[in-house]
Amino acid sequence: MKILIIEDDAEAAAYLAKALRETGHVVDHAADGLDGYALAEAGAYDVLVVDRMLPKLDGLSLIRSLREQGVTTPALIISALGQVDDRVKGLRAGGDDYLPKPYAFSELLARVEVLARRRGGAQEAEPTRYEVGDLALDRLSRRVTRGGGEIDLQPREFRLLEYLMKHAGQVVTRTMLLENVWDYHFDPQTNVIDVHVSRLRGKVDKGFDKAMIQTVRGAGYMLRDPARSD
Amino acid sequence: MGGLGRLFRTTAFKLSLFYLAIFAVTIFLTLGYVAWNAQRLVNAQVIDAIEAEITGLAEQFERGGVRQLVRTINRRSRTPGASLYLITTRGGASIAGNVENISPRLLETPGQRRIEYQQAAGEEVEPRVHRAVVRVYHLPGGFRLLVGRDLEENERLREVIRRAFGWSVLLVGLFGGLGAWVVSKRMLKRVDDMTQTTRGIMAGDLGGRLAVAGTRDELDRLAESLNAMLDRIGELLTGMRQVSDNIAHDLKTPLTRLRNRADEALRTARSPDELRAALEATIEESDNLIRVFNALLMIARLEAGAAADMVVGYDAAEVVGGVAELYEAAAEEAGMRLVADVSPDLPVKGSRELLGQAVANLIDNAIKYGRRKDGNGEPDTIAVSARREGERVLIDVTDHGPGIPEADLERAQERFVRLESARTRPGFGLGLSLVAGVARLHDGSLLLENAGPGLKATLDLPLSSPAPSPM
Repeated sequence: MKILIIEDDAEAAAYLAKALRETGHVVDHAADGLDGYALAEAGAYDVLVVDRMLPKLDGLSLIRSLREQGVTTPALIISALGQVDDRVKGLRAGGDDYLPKPYAFSELLARVEVLARRRGGAQEAEPTRYEVGDLALDRLSRRVTRGGGEIDLQPREFRLLEYLMKHAGQVVTRTMLLENVWDYHFDPQTNVIDVHVSRLRGKVDKGFDKAMIQTVRGAGYMLRDPARSD
Repeated sequence: MGGLGRLFRTTAFKLSLFYLAIFAVTIFLTLGYVAWNAQRLVNAQVIDAIEAEITGLAEQFERGGVRQLVRTINRRSRTPGASLYLITTRGGASIAGNVENISPRLLETPGQRRIEYQQAAGEEVEPRVHRAVVRVYHLPGGFRLLVGRDLEENERLREVIRRAFGWSVLLVGLFGGLGAWVVSKRMLKRVDDMTQTTRGIMAGDLGGRLAVAGTRDELDRLAESLNAMLDRIGELLTGMRQVSDNIAHDLKTPLTRLRNRADEALRTARSPDELRAALEATIEESDNLIRVFNALLMIARLEAGAAADMVVGYDAAEVVGGVAELYEAAAEEAGMRLVADVSPDLPVKGSRELLGQAVANLIDNAIKYGRRKDGNGEPDTIAVSARREGERVLIDVTDHGPGIPEADLERAQERFVRLESARTRPGFGLGLSLVAGVARLHDGSLLLENAGPGLKATLDLPLSSPAPSPM
């Protein structure tokens, strides 16, 4: 994937670029808002990682200008202003996701990949049915089956599984789950999410020798077809 | 003298001088008026007396001729404090009386006038020039009769008034000046005291307060307002100091731990696996640090009122229900039972996210600390409820733990105070501080009480006028 980092802190940018390259991405870097704008407008990037506070042109104005120019490249805003209202402002300016500094790289990577994937299937209507291996989820009838057997889920468990299946093969972090399944952006302190995931896992993977919902150490969870080796 | 100069420059002194001048003028005018009137009255009396005497003497003359008149005059002249009398012939030769050296011309025309004269010799060693009012009357036969009254008494009266005048001006000046001095001195002293206290406060003695004299005057009121202002500033500063103390503590402790762990790993780790484990622990510790830092920042923002622009209307029922559901599984995992009782439709004004965080903190506390000491195997219950009570929305979280010692309940609600018992456990005190801050953002309050057993934390928020549902 082609990623543009717009970040004025050279060390932070170098760390991020190196880590992203290690995970197999192509990375460009711009050190100020104007350079970033020029690159983002010209180059076909899959995801922009934009620092909120930049010299010459601040991150929010940059994204707003890009959107006005019709550039729809998904943008992840990273900011030292980690407060709730800053997130709202960031998303209102046209950002697609918001990550407060300091962040864990795994968190950033997971979000970047989800954003890039979204671009891949851009504007496509969400499917009414997800299928991963022998696991199937029907969004209309709200039925979940695995290997032909029906799985009975609570409404919240259904939404959790739906999100995991939508991002099958991708790492989703606990924060992403809290944000997208529960719509909360605060720090839950205890690992409440883990409990929910392990319950879901108990229902989905129980009685099967291969687990679909896997824990990714230090990052979060991933749902994937255990039969496929990717 | 600088001190005296300062005294003269005071408003009080200038005002006193101004009043003094007004008083002096008033006294001057009043006394002048009194003196003028008194003089007039006395003059009128003198003239009346002379008139009466002349009428009497003229009667004597008619009855007994010149002889009778002379006798009467001689008799009257001898009484002390007598009037002035003189009878002359047409030619001006004195026949009888107690006045000398009156020019004959004076006697030529009848009527009333003022004269200066010398009293008949003998009574006084040194003849003095007196002033008098006289009236000349022509008797039949060419005799001239002069009756007069000495004006000495009149003059004495004037003298008395003049002296009174002088004294009063002197006394007014003296007392007025003294008063001005005392008042200005007093005023200057109080202002000086205030200035000195203020300087002390500026120099860092924040406990200093302006003296209130208890007279309820304008200086007292000024001092009271300033003291109230100082109290408020003091509170804010104490809050700030506690914040920075807490930040120092909350960041230093984990930073030290972080550093020590890394140090120890560097010294003792033998295998890559051990190093890896140490690094992972380090990252986890930094994440905790970031979490503490974020919470502190949020509390500081809430305290400073900087989060006021986040205020929107939303349904508290949805938030409490949602968070309770989020934590239900975690509570069960911890061997507890979370029971939620949430009434529908509880509109409040504030931040949905922050109320969520606040309720999460309360439930999190309950899970961590709300366990019965001597559990009988039954899962401990955490009761979460949200309901409307009049114009309030009450959200409470009750556990069955040991609660908080009564003595500490008050302090736990104070801003930024963390109980000693909680300091060693991460997050706890900070969590409650954040909850209190969130309550304030919603214009409400956080109430902690021991529900015996257990701690009951109540968020008391004002109900906002039911807005149309955003859905």
